[in-house]
Amino acid sequence: MSHPPRRDGPVLLTIGAGGALGSAARWALAHVAPSAPGHVPWATFGVNVSGCLALGVLMVLVVDVWPPRRFVRPFLGVGVLGGYTTFSTYALETRSLLVDGRPGLAAAYLLGSLLAGLLAVWVALTLTRALVVRTRRAHRRHRGDGA
Amino acid sequence: MTLLLVLVGGFVGAPLRYVIDQHVRSRQGSAMPWGTLTVNVLGSLVLGAVVGASTAAGWPSWVATLVGTGFCGALTTFSTFGFETVRLVEDGAVGSALVNVVASLAAGLLAAFGGWAAAAALVTAVS
Repeated sequence: MSHPPRRDGPVLLTIGAGGALGSAARWALAHVAPSAPGHVPWATFGVNVSGCLALGVLMVLVVDVWPPRRFVRPFLGVGVLGGYTTFSTYALETRSLLVDGRPGLAAAYLLGSLLAGLLAVWVALTLTRALVVRTRRAHRRHRGDGA
Repeated sequence: MTLLLVLVGGFVGAPLRYVIDQHVRSRQGSAMPWGTLTVNVLGSLVLGAVVGASTAAGWPSWVATLVGTGFCGALTTFSTFGFETVRLVEDGAVGSALVNVVASLAAGLLAAFGGWAAAAALVTAVS
C-alpha cells in the first residue's frame, strides 16, 4: 500500500480510449433525450443506473469467471463504464433543481439515483454470481455424465 | 465537432481519474474509497465552475462540452461509487458505506454550488 503507483502508458491509453467511448455514449443519450429545466434529468439517471448494472455484471466476470487479462478491466470498467456514468453532472443537476425552486424534486433525484444505482449493483452482483454457480454446476454434471 | 470534443475530454478525464485514485489509494490503507470520493468532488467543483463561468460570461458552448461533458463526465464516476459502496456493505462495513454515501453526496453538492458561485463571482469581478 505504501509504494507509489507505477506509471503504465499502455494501461492509461486503454483507459483513455474506453473513457472517450463511454463519454460519447453518455453524450449521445443526453442528446436523444434532453432534460428540460425544472424536470427530472432522466438521461443521466438512466446512464448512471444502467452503468451500475453493467459494472456489477462486469466485476463478477472479471474477478470470478474470465482468465486474468491486463486490459479488460481498465478498458471496460475504468474506461467505458467510468466515462459513461457521471457524478459531476448528477451533482450539478441536483443543484439546478434546487436553484430552480424544486427542492422536493432535487431530493427525489439525489436519493432516487443513489438508491436505484446501489440496487442495480446489488442485483447485478447477485444474479451474475448465481448464474455463474449454476453454469459451473451444470458443467460439472455434464462432465460427470460423460465420464 | 461536438462529438470530437466529448471524445477528447473523455480521453483525458478517465485516465486522470485512474491516476488520482491510485495516488490516493497508495497513501491510505483504510477501507473507505477515498480515491473515488476525491475525483467525484473535484469533478463536481470543476463542472460547477465551468458552467457557472459559462453562464456568467457567456462563454461559447464548446467549452462546457469539452470540459464539462467530456472531461468532468469521465473524471467522475457514478458506477464505481455505487460498486464500492455495495462492496463495503457486503464486507460488513455498513458504517463506512454510510459515511461514503453521505460524504460523497454532501461534498459533491457543496463543490458544485461552491464552484459555480466562485466562478460567477470571479467573472463579475473581472468584467
